[in-house]
Amino acid sequence: MIDLGPHAIFIIWAYFGVALGVFGLIGWTLLDARATARKLAALEARKAPRRTPESTL
Amino acid sequence: MSNDTTRPQAWWQRIAHPGQFVAWSAPLLWPLTLLTAVLFALGLWFSFFNSPQDYQMGDTVRIMYVHVPNAWLSQFVYAMMAVSALGTLVWRHPLADVSMKAAAPLGALFTALALFTGALWGRPTWGTFWEWDGRMTSTLVLLFIYLGIIALWRAFDDQLRAARVIAVFTLVGAINIPIIKFSVDWWSTLHQPASVFRPDGPTMPGSILTPLFMMFFAFTLLFLVLHLKAMHTEIKRRRVMTLQRKLAQGASA
Repeated sequence: MIDLGPHAIFIIWAYFGVALGVFGLIGWTLLDARATARKLAALEARKAPRRTPESTL
Repeated sequence: MSNDTTRPQAWWQRIAHPGQFVAWSAPLLWPLTLLTAVLFALGLWFSFFNSPQDYQMGDTVRIMYVHVPNAWLSQFVYAMMAVSALGTLVWRHPLADVSMKAAAPLGALFTALALFTGALWGRPTWGTFWEWDGRMTSTLVLLFIYLGIIALWRAFDDQLRAARVIAVFTLVGAINIPIIKFSVDWWSTLHQPASVFRPDGPTMPGSILTPLFMMFFAFTLLFLVLHLKAMHTEIKRRRVMTLQRKLAQGASA
């Protein structure tokens, strides 16, 4: 570890806080994307069999 | 004249159609993610191992490499939301609504991080975590505006109506952006004035500008990647809502 001088604690906390925030944001974006994609797939699967008899009318 | 009505859509209308937008922008996600990661790796390496101490601040200058990009994004994301708000109000374009909504939580986080890193930088250099001066107070107001916008999006069931109300609110709130920018010139403040984008050129040496620009581009690309991904999710979420409504109507009929 490099020597960050007398105020090292402030520098470490600043980078740690940003890392936490950024990784949290990435994680939230990915989880939201996955949950929404799953919901959409489930709904389209429910819709699909119903559409076929309708379209033959 | 009748030709005008049958004319095919302009190219920008075609690529801005939500379905088309997902189709052409999805392949961009991985290369952009990779580029972001490389820029972060390089930026962090320069920030800690290949840049000098400041002659007055010593090592605390390294906080700048995360503070300035976050502070820049706090304003850039808002500017993007304001442009999208115009798209919502003038063209009533659904993609503009989606862009506005997806950007708000990202902007809120970058603003919070700018305030957080600023406080941690202020303590060793100014002797205080916080001061109610122009730059800090106006940035705190920006954070509250972001949180208000997020709350408004959640307050409406009808997202089309929400988009119009929030677009107006976003444009009114945009007055805060020039206030933040010029606060350091208008009022006497602890915060230093602009030192990179000045008419007479940056006042920093290249050895400090290199990590700053690397982190600047890394954070900006990070925002673009996350915004793109969040927009794709929001488009899907809208399809989910439409399908749920159709299913509910089908069930009640």
